[in-house]
Amino acid sequence: MPMPDFAWILRMAFRDFRKNISRLLLFVSSIVVGIAALVAISSFGENLTSDIDNQAKELLGADLVLENNKPIGDQPIDSMALNTASEVNFASMVAFPASGASRLTQVRALEGDFPFYGYLETIPASGDADFRAGGKKALVEKILMAQFDAQVGDIIKVGEVEFEIAGELQSVPGQTGITATVAPAVYIPMAYLEETGLVQYGSRVEYNRYFVFAENTDIDLLIEPFEDEWEIERIDADTVEDRKRSTGRSFENLSNFLSLVAFIALLLGCVGVASAVNVFVKEKLASVAVLRCLGVSSRDVLLIYLFEILVMGLFGAILGSVLGTLLQFILPVVFADFLPVEVTVGISWLSVGFGVITGLFVSVLFALLPLLKVRNVSPMATLRPETADSRLMKDPSRWAVIAGILIFIWGFSYYLLGSAQLAFGFTGFVVFAFGILWGVGQLIMWAVRKFLPISLRYTVRQALANLYRPNNQTISLIATIGLGTAMISTLFFLQNQLLEEAKFADKEDQPNLLMFDIQTPQLEAVKEKVTGRDLRILQEVPIVTMQLNEINGVDKRENEELPDDENYSRWMYNREYRVTYRDTLIDTETLAEGELIPLGARGDSIFVSLSTSFAEGNNLKIGDEIEFNVQGRPIKTYIGSFRNVKFNQVSTNFIVLFPNGVLEQAPKFHVIITRTKNDRESAAIQSEVVREFPNISVVNLGVIVETLEDILNKISFVIQFMAFFSIATGILVLISSLIISKYQRMRESILLRTLGAGSGTVSKINTLEYFFLGSLASLSGIILSFAATWLLSAFVFDMNFRPAWGAGLVLYLAITGLTIVLGWLNGRKIINQPPMEILRGNG
Amino acid sequence: MNILSVKDLSKTYKSGSRSLTVLDQVNFDIQAGETISIVGPSGSGKTTLLGLCAGLDSASTGSVQLNGQALEKLSEDQRAAVRNQDVGFIFQNFQLLPTLTALENVMVPLELKKRKDARTKALELLEKVGLGDRATHYPTQLSGGEQQRVSIARAFANEPKILFADEPTGNLDTETGEMIEKLIFDLNKEKGTTLVLVTHDTELAGKTQRIIHIKGGKIQEDAHA
Repeated sequence: MPMPDFAWILRMAFRDFRKNISRLLLFVSSIVVGIAALVAISSFGENLTSDIDNQAKELLGADLVLENNKPIGDQPIDSMALNTASEVNFASMVAFPASGASRLTQVRALEGDFPFYGYLETIPASGDADFRAGGKKALVEKILMAQFDAQVGDIIKVGEVEFEIAGELQSVPGQTGITATVAPAVYIPMAYLEETGLVQYGSRVEYNRYFVFAENTDIDLLIEPFEDEWEIERIDADTVEDRKRSTGRSFENLSNFLSLVAFIALLLGCVGVASAVNVFVKEKLASVAVLRCLGVSSRDVLLIYLFEILVMGLFGAILGSVLGTLLQFILPVVFADFLPVEVTVGISWLSVGFGVITGLFVSVLFALLPLLKVRNVSPMATLRPETADSRLMKDPSRWAVIAGILIFIWGFSYYLLGSAQLAFGFTGFVVFAFGILWGVGQLIMWAVRKFLPISLRYTVRQALANLYRPNNQTISLIATIGLGTAMISTLFFLQNQLLEEAKFADKEDQPNLLMFDIQTPQLEAVKEKVTGRDLRILQEVPIVTMQLNEINGVDKRENEELPDDENYSRWMYNREYRVTYRDTLIDTETLAEGELIPLGARGDSIFVSLSTSFAEGNNLKIGDEIEFNVQGRPIKTYIGSFRNVKFNQVSTNFIVLFPNGVLEQAPKFHVIITRTKNDRESAAIQSEVVREFPNISVVNLGVIVETLEDILNKISFVIQFMAFFSIATGILVLISSLIISKYQRMRESILLRTLGAGSGTVSKINTLEYFFLGSLASLSGIILSFAATWLLSAFVFDMNFRPAWGAGLVLYLAITGLTIVLGWLNGRKIINQPPMEILRGNG
Repeated sequence: MNILSVKDLSKTYKSGSRSLTVLDQVNFDIQAGETISIVGPSGSGKTTLLGLCAGLDSASTGSVQLNGQALEKLSEDQRAAVRNQDVGFIFQNFQLLPTLTALENVMVPLELKKRKDARTKALELLEKVGLGDRATHYPTQLSGGEQQRVSIARAFANEPKILFADEPTGNLDTETGEMIEKLIFDLNKEKGTTLVLVTHDTELAGKTQRIIHIKGGKIQEDAHA
């Protein structure tokens, strides 16, 4: 075959393009939103990475931080530092005496000039200096101030000591809004820590020492000689580079996840592209036959239309990239609660290039699927209209394009997820979801065609019959609107489900108040306070803290020397275990393997029970030997059983459970769980206990639900923002599908009106058709999302599935209503024009 | 000299286990410059015969020699090249490209032949069919008769050796139809083109030198007028 005459092909493409520009713009609109989302997220990620680089020192606030759960003694590097600061932080109740209210917070006792980089931003600005000037002053996180309506100058009680609030903390280096929601910080001077009386046995305390060194000091080199010693003492050293890496990594994960959501929006758009090009091609078949008749080769015909698609794809990709670049300006606001650094916005040419190439590539790839049909058009179609072309199924190029699409989806998700397995999972999910929705569409059309009763009213029958008219968009609309609905409603249902689960825990017989860090001498008095109010003590749990010495004879040092695939997690040796003892299971536990073996049942060996997830995560087996270090005393145990533990209820749940008779004499503290009748009673008992025993922390379920709601709202705002792209794409695909099918509708409208149907009847038929289309698409999506929520509830979150019928109904009505309104707006012009005007082609 | 030679031509369509023979062992030759009509009732196979003779479709058995080339030995794209070089078409429903103006429609065959004077030549032809002033109009802006005149100009543009016309007046009123017939025959005479007409219209068929009657896929009569 001779070389294609590109000049002529371009000329023909331009001639055709001229008359089709508005229709081609429609198909391109489908990918604009997806590309915009990808470019926005990618630009934001690029900028964030460079901001993390630039503000790395502010993330840590120092050049080096040493962390341990016991006081860090003098260190040899103290003398090498220009300056040092110390912090002791722990969770504790603080009280606002003015209102009598109290809440669990993160208390941070500070000594020295931390942060050395960045600053504690306060209102008033002088608050920080005032706090450091000495005296019983505190800085309180703004979320806490707002919650208790506190003012600067008010008094806050931390343990036994009352502090004056010197400033409202706006931001702390390296801390995000989410951290502040979970554990709002209260800074107090280190000098008064002991006086508070809060650091007692069982308190989970973290000791930090901050260092700043001379500029250009190689920190890694500096700390190298001390690392072995710190390892033994379980001191963790964190440098600016470490922090940069971990922050960068977590944001890369976030950015990749968001890109994946954007990618789903883009894929929805791609379905729109394929669907629009499909209709475009069907309408071009007659012209293709004429061109073939006039002697144009099948390759050249394909190239004419492919060139048009290329130009429009490029246009859509550029438009999407520009929109995406503009969109990233609002992303720092959307993600404000998650960002540890201040993000600058600007054009990222790398992301723009990425967007343009991706947009161009997907438009061509997805358009090729329907476009390949033009190669098979016989010139004979000029004399006799063609019937369905069975050659399509056998066309190897078509299968090559389908393979190309699958490889693209896999490749793109692999690039974002960094795991071949996850990428296969994602591709599988996309194919499955599209397959299900495509199947639903096919099934509905088949059922309507097969079972449409003749006795139905004409308008209803005609509207239903329209679902399978030639060139219909039923399947593509069900796939795009359905998938968009499925995504949004799954997120929505899941969020609802998590909240419902938390609220469900608040039913009659479930505990709703938890008191912890109770010292043994305080136990009886606290119990009296509870029972004195006619409340039942639902659980009284002793807790002993311990560390792990050996697993199957391998101690920490030996474990370090084992190869990576044989050793145990270093974390297992470093962490502190909070352990209780009993010979029975509680409501939130079920036995998964082995049995609970009481002391003395098998000689004098001690058999402990481990939570299944912990055991599985660390490759531990029944019968393994574990030696614990209980306050300096080694205790050898064997794993006797694994328990499935439900961690999402107000209860004390433990990774390690000892049998009775071993730990009774060890130093311990206690947890008491009860159920109050209402929030007021919870507040009263909380206030009474905290007033008398400031070291005891009290959490009531109301606060947990509130915090969870707050966090979920923040997360869901981000997720909904991202889901918006899918909705927007769905709407664009819907609009373009409606406009594309407008010409079809015009012909039907003419026929109906020529036969005497009034505009009311035509309008009713159209509205009913949109109603059926919207209903089928949204219902398919909602049912799919119910299935997804059920799967996620059962297998990921370990919750009972409670279908959100109300929310489902609202979504169904909203999406169906939107389809009807858009359809009506699109059809209005056709209905109001005289048939003759449309016949003449002026419509 | 034969411009078209049809030998033992058959066309059978298969649908599942059933097969339908539309043309059965058809034989005839057409001399260069001859005008010929193929007539017959609906479903007799005349459109199929036209499609096979013009190289729009391939036969089940038999052969078609068009200007010395055996079409059954050519691929679809090679047949397309033959159509561009030697064949012109006029259709019942005009088959103009809706996104091209009248002038551009006429230019396409010339451009495919890489003629530098495509535009001038196309304009000349439009003038000849009386549409010089409608050159920039799109098909939807033209009446049926005007569209068919553009189609005729396009058919003659590449100076084909043979012109196939499928019911060229079938979609037009009598007056316009007569005008189109005259145009076709005049141009045919002027250019010395071979003309193969498929029609129901016996009056139109009577204007050609030879009439082939076809029924049930077989030639019933092949008579010179």
